[in-house]
Amino acid sequence: MAREMMFAEAIATAIGEEMHRDSSVVFYGQNMAMTDRDPFVKKFGKSRVRITPISETAELGIAVGAALTGLRPIVELYMSEFMLVAFDQVINEAPRLRYMSGGQVKVPVVFKAGFGFAAGWAGQHSNCIYHAMMGIPGLKIAIPSTAADAKGLMASAIRDDNPVVYLHHYMLTLDKGEVPDGELLIPFGVAEVKRPGKDVTIVATAWMVKKTLAAAELLAKEGISAEVIDPRTLAPLDVKTIVESVRKTGRLVLVDQAPRHASAAIVIAGEIAEQGFKRLKAPVKMVTALDTSIPYSEPLERYVLPSEEKIVQSVKSVLAAQAAAV
Amino acid sequence: MPVPATEALGKDRLVWMYMQMVRIREFEERVKRTFVEHPGVIRGHAHLADGAEASIVGALATRQENDLVMPSYRCHGYPIVLGTSTRALMAEIYTRKDGLCKGFGGSMHLADPAHHFPGTTGIVAAGIAHAAGAALTAQVKQTGQVVYSFFGDGSTKQGAFYETLNLAAVWKLPVVFILENNEYQAYTHIRLEDANYIAGDPLSQKAKAFSIPGATVDGTDPLRVYEEVGQAAERARAGEGPSLIESKFYRLSPHGNAITVPPVPTQFQEHEAVEVYGNKAEYAEGKAKDPIPKFRAHLTSNGTFTDADAKKIEDAARAEMEDVVQFALASPLPTPEDAIKYVYA
Repeated sequence: MAREMMFAEAIATAIGEEMHRDSSVVFYGQNMAMTDRDPFVKKFGKSRVRITPISETAELGIAVGAALTGLRPIVELYMSEFMLVAFDQVINEAPRLRYMSGGQVKVPVVFKAGFGFAAGWAGQHSNCIYHAMMGIPGLKIAIPSTAADAKGLMASAIRDDNPVVYLHHYMLTLDKGEVPDGELLIPFGVAEVKRPGKDVTIVATAWMVKKTLAAAELLAKEGISAEVIDPRTLAPLDVKTIVESVRKTGRLVLVDQAPRHASAAIVIAGEIAEQGFKRLKAPVKMVTALDTSIPYSEPLERYVLPSEEKIVQSVKSVLAAQAAAV
Repeated sequence: MPVPATEALGKDRLVWMYMQMVRIREFEERVKRTFVEHPGVIRGHAHLADGAEASIVGALATRQENDLVMPSYRCHGYPIVLGTSTRALMAEIYTRKDGLCKGFGGSMHLADPAHHFPGTTGIVAAGIAHAAGAALTAQVKQTGQVVYSFFGDGSTKQGAFYETLNLAAVWKLPVVFILENNEYQAYTHIRLEDANYIAGDPLSQKAKAFSIPGATVDGTDPLRVYEEVGQAAERARAGEGPSLIESKFYRLSPHGNAITVPPVPTQFQEHEAVEVYGNKAEYAEGKAKDPIPKFRAHLTSNGTFTDADAKKIEDAARAEMEDVVQFALASPLPTPEDAIKYVYA
C-alpha cells in the first residue's frame, strides 16, 4: 500500500518509524520539541526528543560523541549553512574517528539540513555546499528529489553505521508524491533513472530533478528523448549507472544548483571524462549556478540559477555539437 | 563531609595510584627518549603528560567500573591507567601494525573502547563535545555511567567549550569537566590569553557562566584531585549535572616534539618557559612541583610503603616500558594496502 504525502511529511514519517523501531535513535535541534504537544515528544518522550540552544558545535559534537557510544542521533539543522559554524564536527570529526581508530569505533549520526532555498533567502541561507563534503571519505550524503526517496533515504541514513549528511531541498517541502507504507529502505549509492530516454543523459539532484523532468517533457514535444538520472546520494556516488546511460546516449548534461566549481556536476564530469570519454559524441555540458553568491531579488536569483529554459538550451546545444576528431 | 582521600582509598589503592603515576612517567620518558635513540621512529607530533600524573590518576581513581574517559590529544596517560596494553600503545606511537589503532591514528588519535576509552581528537576542544555526547548516551540509556572529560586550559578559549558546558548544564548530563591548567596553550603562556588569569581569578570561575559548581584544586596532589573529582562524579551520577574542576599543575615537557620538516630530525627541546620566554626560574619552580617525588615522600612518610617498596614499583615500571619499547620496535609496519580499510563501517 502507498499513500500520497508531502516531501516533509515523508521525512518525518521515516524518522518516526525508525524511532519506533530502535530506541537508540534520538532526535534534537533548535526550535523543535518546544512543548509537550510536539508530536515527537508525545510519542517518544523528552529524553529522546530535545530542543537545543543555537549551539551548532555542541549539537553536532554531542551527536558525534553520542554516536560513538551507542546512540543514533539525528540533528535537525534547518539550513545546511549552519553546519559551517560547526564544520569541524562534520568534516574533521565524525568521518575521521573510525578511520583513526583503525576500525574500532563507528559514528552512526545523521546531520539533517535544508538547502537550496531559492525563495529570497539571499546570500547566506540558499546555498549548495555539498561539494565540500563529497571529498571527505567516511562521510555519506543523501539528497532526495521525491517524497518516496525522502522517506527511504532517511530510513537508510538512520540505519547506516556511518555519518550521513541528509539534505532536504526546501523548494520540495510541499511537493506531494506516492510513498509506500511501512519499511522503505533506499540503498545508498544506487541512482535511479527518473525518466528513460535515448538521445541524451541528464543527471540532476533534488529540486533540479524536478526542473529537469519538466525540461525533458518540453524536449519530448520536439522529439528529443532525454534520460534523467538522479544519483540520490552524492557519497557514495553511483557513477556506473551514469556511465551506462552515456554509453547508450553518447551525450551528457549535468544540472546542478551549486556554482560550477562547487558542484557535484564537476565531479561527475571528471568521472565521465575518465570512464566514458570514448562513448561521448559531444562535450559534456554543465548547467550550474553562475559563480556568484545567491542574490536577494527574484530576477537576480532567477538569472543565477539553472532553469528549465537553460536545461532545454543546453540539451539542444549538446545534440547539435559534433564529436571532436574521430 | 566527605571522607578524606587517604582513609577512603586504603593502602592498596594508594600504592596502586603511585604505581600508575610512575608507569605514566616512565612511558612518557620512553616516548621522549625515542626521538634521540631511534630518530624517525615516531612521526608527526607527540604530546606528553609528564607533570599531569597526579591529576590523571587522582581523577581516574574515582571511576566506577563502566565510566568513560575522553581526554584531548595529550592522551597517553589515561589509557595506561585504564588497563590498555602499553605495548599496543607504544606500537601505535611507533606507527606499527600491532598498534592500538593499527598505525592509523598515532599519538594524538588513540582509541580503546574495550577499556572505556572511546577515542580522542587532535582538534582542540572538539572532544569536550564528544564527552558530553557520551554522557548523553549514558543519560538516555540510563546506564549510570559518568563521563570524565579532560582538556587543557587552551581549550577553554574555544567555542566548543562554552557551547558544550551550557548544553551539558541545561540537560544535566552526567559528565565531569576536568580543566587541566598547565599554564600553556601550546607555546603561549596563559598570561597572554586568558581573561580570568589576567584578572587574577581561577579558571574555574568559568563555571559561573553556566551556573554549575566550579572548583580549583592542586593538581600535583592526587588525593586532593581525588576528593574534588570524586564529589563531582557523585553529583553527576546522582543526576545533578556537570561540574568544572580546574586542576593546576605544570607541564614538565614542552608542548610536543619540535615541528620540523623531514628529513630534519625532530626531538623534544627545552620547555617553552626557557626556549621561548627565557624564564629559567619559572621552569625550576614548575619542576619543584613534580607530583611524583611529592607523592612518594607523602606515602613513605605516612607509612603506606617503604622506600624499598617504592623502588620496586619504579623498577617494575622501567622493566615494563623497556619491554614495551622492544615490542614496538620489533612490530612490523602496516601493510600499505590496508590504508583503504576502515573508511566506512
